[in-house]
Amino acid sequence: MARQDLILIETICLHYKIEISFVDALHGIGLIEIETYENNKFIHQDKISDLEKVIRLHRDLNVNLEGIDVVFNLLRKEMALREEVNNLRNRLRLYEGG
Amino acid sequence: MAFIDYYKILGVNKTASESDIKKTYRKLARKYHPDLNPDDKEAERKFKEINEANEVLSNPENRKKYDKYGKDWEHGEAFEKAKAEQAQYEKRYQSQNYGKSESRGGYSDQDFSDYFEAMFGGGRGYSGQQTRMFKGQDFHAELHLDLEDVFVSQKQVLTVNGNKIRLTIPAGIENGQIIKIKGQGGPGVNGGPNGDLYIKIFIENHTGFRRDGIHLHTTVDLDLYTAILGGEITVDTFDGKVKLKVGPETANGTKVKLKGKGFPRYKKDHEYGDLFITYQIIIPENLTNREKALFEELQKMR
Repeated sequence: MARQDLILIETICLHYKIEISFVDALHGIGLIEIETYENNKFIHQDKISDLEKVIRLHRDLNVNLEGIDVVFNLLRKEMALREEVNNLRNRLRLYEGG
Repeated sequence: MAFIDYYKILGVNKTASESDIKKTYRKLARKYHPDLNPDDKEAERKFKEINEANEVLSNPENRKKYDKYGKDWEHGEAFEKAKAEQAQYEKRYQSQNYGKSESRGGYSDQDFSDYFEAMFGGGRGYSGQQTRMFKGQDFHAELHLDLEDVFVSQKQVLTVNGNKIRLTIPAGIENGQIIKIKGQGGPGVNGGPNGDLYIKIFIENHTGFRRDGIHLHTTVDLDLYTAILGGEITVDTFDGKVKLKVGPETANGTKVKLKGKGFPRYKKDHEYGDLFITYQIIIPENLTNREKALFEELQKMR
């Protein structure tokens, strides 16, 4: 099955020098989605950024997987809050404009 | 090029032990890491600074050289000596660390300070990319538009790193909104996917309309006589003029809603918000004696 938007887990492990078990653990904790076709496991290319972020937080800051899960949840919350702040700021311009 | 006080950047004193430096660096890295501070240029700058400081102070040879020559880099001879030593050291360092894999991607880290480059040589340190990137780098850009521009979908051609990118900015986009253009970032490595391009939209409003999402607000002057007696006026909407009937005895500050005369809904071009008009009654000035007398007469009648 040749789907260009899916990347074989083995390829990814080779690149980032990570073990397959590490990817499985990420999947287990719900940090990364894995898709399986014909007994091969893949990660969607849109999820590569998340995977890279996980690897960086793990390696640069020694954050364990549970910690990364917490970080991701907080970052999502922060993102939603930032959007809300932006919307409120735009609404504020309504009143500041006179 | 100024001297950089790496001890001050990390907030340690000159006698700090290697483990103190490591501990402090890690603490600061946890605070300023770009993945934890998305879209925060100040954090990114700090992170670069502490990495540079750590690069120097956590390495015994770098630290020794920095302590000895760091402040005197301007004094040619000693500085040249330091540079020569560095060249030798670099060879050793590179062979020692070959194959070490540490991820440092996800942020633009290519620039160590000029001071660092001059003191310790360029192209080394974590900026030497021990990172193993697979997906290409994401690019971030800003696009400044006027409110009029986003009333209808706009085709734009952007030049990003020499490549022309055609994109359509959907009508109704909000100020501060970010558009993601997939695959238009840096090229992937060894078959990895390309990075993405993120464009943040800034909308300037120089019109007489104030925007609240899909709704528009504006104030229209209404002369006293039309307000009292009623009549027909012509008002500007965002895309043209319309005739409006004004009811008799219209109070100052009365709001009128013009349905569907607002802003388009994002990605739903045919759905429009409403335009809210607030009437501001203009009191006549410089009354003639005759006008004044007539107003007095009216006053007596109330």
